[in-house]
Amino acid sequence: MSILVYIEQADGAIKKTSLEAISFAKALADKEGGDVTAVALGSIDQGELGKTGSAGAAKVLHVNDEKLNAGVIQAHAAAVAQAFEKVGAKTLVLAKSSLGDAVAARLAIKLNAGLVSNVTDLPDTGSGYKVKRSIYTGKAFAETELSTDNKILAVKKNAIDLKTDGADAAVENFEVSLDESVFAAKITSTDQATGDILLPEADIVVSGGRGMKGPENWNLIEDLAKELGAATGCSKPVSDIGWRPHHEHVGQTGVKVAPTLYVAVGISGAIQHLAGVNSSKYIVVINKDPEAPFFKAADYGIVGDAFEVLPKLTEAVKALK
Amino acid sequence: MKILVCITHVPDTTSKIQFTDNNTKFDKSGVQFIIGPYDDYALARAVELKEQTGGSLTVLNVGEAETEPTIRKALAIGADDAIRVNAFPKDSLFVAKQIAHYAKEGGYDLILMGRESIDFNGGMVHGMVGELLGMPSISPVMKLDIEGSTAKMAREIEGGKEYLEVSLPFIAGCQEPIAEWKIPNMRGIMSARTKPLNVVDAVSDETATSVVEFQLPPAKGDVKLIDKDNVEELVRLLKNEAKVL
Repeated sequence: MSILVYIEQADGAIKKTSLEAISFAKALADKEGGDVTAVALGSIDQGELGKTGSAGAAKVLHVNDEKLNAGVIQAHAAAVAQAFEKVGAKTLVLAKSSLGDAVAARLAIKLNAGLVSNVTDLPDTGSGYKVKRSIYTGKAFAETELSTDNKILAVKKNAIDLKTDGADAAVENFEVSLDESVFAAKITSTDQATGDILLPEADIVVSGGRGMKGPENWNLIEDLAKELGAATGCSKPVSDIGWRPHHEHVGQTGVKVAPTLYVAVGISGAIQHLAGVNSSKYIVVINKDPEAPFFKAADYGIVGDAFEVLPKLTEAVKALK
Repeated sequence: MKILVCITHVPDTTSKIQFTDNNTKFDKSGVQFIIGPYDDYALARAVELKEQTGGSLTVLNVGEAETEPTIRKALAIGADDAIRVNAFPKDSLFVAKQIAHYAKEGGYDLILMGRESIDFNGGMVHGMVGELLGMPSISPVMKLDIEGSTAKMAREIEGGKEYLEVSLPFIAGCQEPIAEWKIPNMRGIMSARTKPLNVVDAVSDETATSVVEFQLPPAKGDVKLIDKDNVEELVRLLKNEAKVL
């Protein structure tokens, strides 16, 4: 039996988090038997679709309809539901994201499926079907049992290592029939930082807080981020004052990140900020106040002035290469 | 315009999370409960929209009697009346079914809620209600204006924003900076005491998921401090010990 994976694209490129979702589904299929079929919506070229194979997909259903390039929530849900039926799948896997969450919720009703979001580990199918998910904004976990035949798992970043050794996937064109009503919400334009590494998907994040003293000093954060190949983030006060845009706000009510390395500079570490970063593998804190609560949540720390430490650190990273 | 805002009753963001009864129940001792922060943004925007367009603003919560102080706070902030579906919110599907039923009964033009609750972080209820009612569902919405029967919105996507238009009625999951949180004033608090809070029964007992056990993350080890004049050591540790560079 196939596991279906709903994958997302941005400008024709498949998102890395979606490839991780494929690897998650592949590991699940290896455990339970069966294979992985991905469903891709909108204009994506064949070579890019083939990449799903290296992550673990045996086949990709490609709905080559440019009306689906944008993330129209209802239309995506309708198309994925048709793919689910076509494949005869019982399980749908997707990456947790702004669009993924919105689409998955509608699919849960369409497919009569139990939906678990923020999944952090492969399901335990020994007795019943239990899935571990992150709750209380990363402050706890819940072992959650699904009682439905059909299941949807929205996987959190870093739940599994990305597989890169699979053979190319077979690409199959897939026609869907979409009622005009699913395009009721019209996307008129998008406003997106291009060329940058997207914060929610970044492997390394460098964030600045009020300790940076003003937006004019952000070049120090950006220089280090550039050397590390990292995305930049900020604390809530910084986005509230308008030093940085809202989509860079990391924390309880902002973006929750799960990088392998999180570097916090001049951020005291309020509990609301920690809630957005506690899924990071390693945390480095740079703060001139040795009593900053963030040090308690850090793996490595430097007590020092950001304006002195950052340029030296950027140089040291550069020297490594 | 008839607006419905669905709110959650959740532990304050600074709460220490602990569990009791063999890790099967949330430990409420010493915990202060609040309107979900995202729901609070939705409520604040709804109050502003009602001021602009007139009409009514109803809040709805699925919860047991203990949630009434939270509901009264929403009334103090500016809702006209409230509905409490008298049931423990067992899972997202359970909550969505109650909301869909009472939303349909009330014939609302606009249904707002937070993008997610801050206890279970599912972020599913708005989409489920949308599908149950056959209405568009948009989330996470960071800007919302109503012009006649059309809504103009900005939705947050990874690394940016997407602008949308949709006709009423529809459902939105909201987040900052859609509006500033409103703090109830004395007049609001006084009038909230006498505003109608209707307690109704659950209309469905259907669930799809249940929590078997809660777990806390493993304790973090001590921080390794590196001298500020020896940042090369940090880079070395990140490369050789943590293996992240």
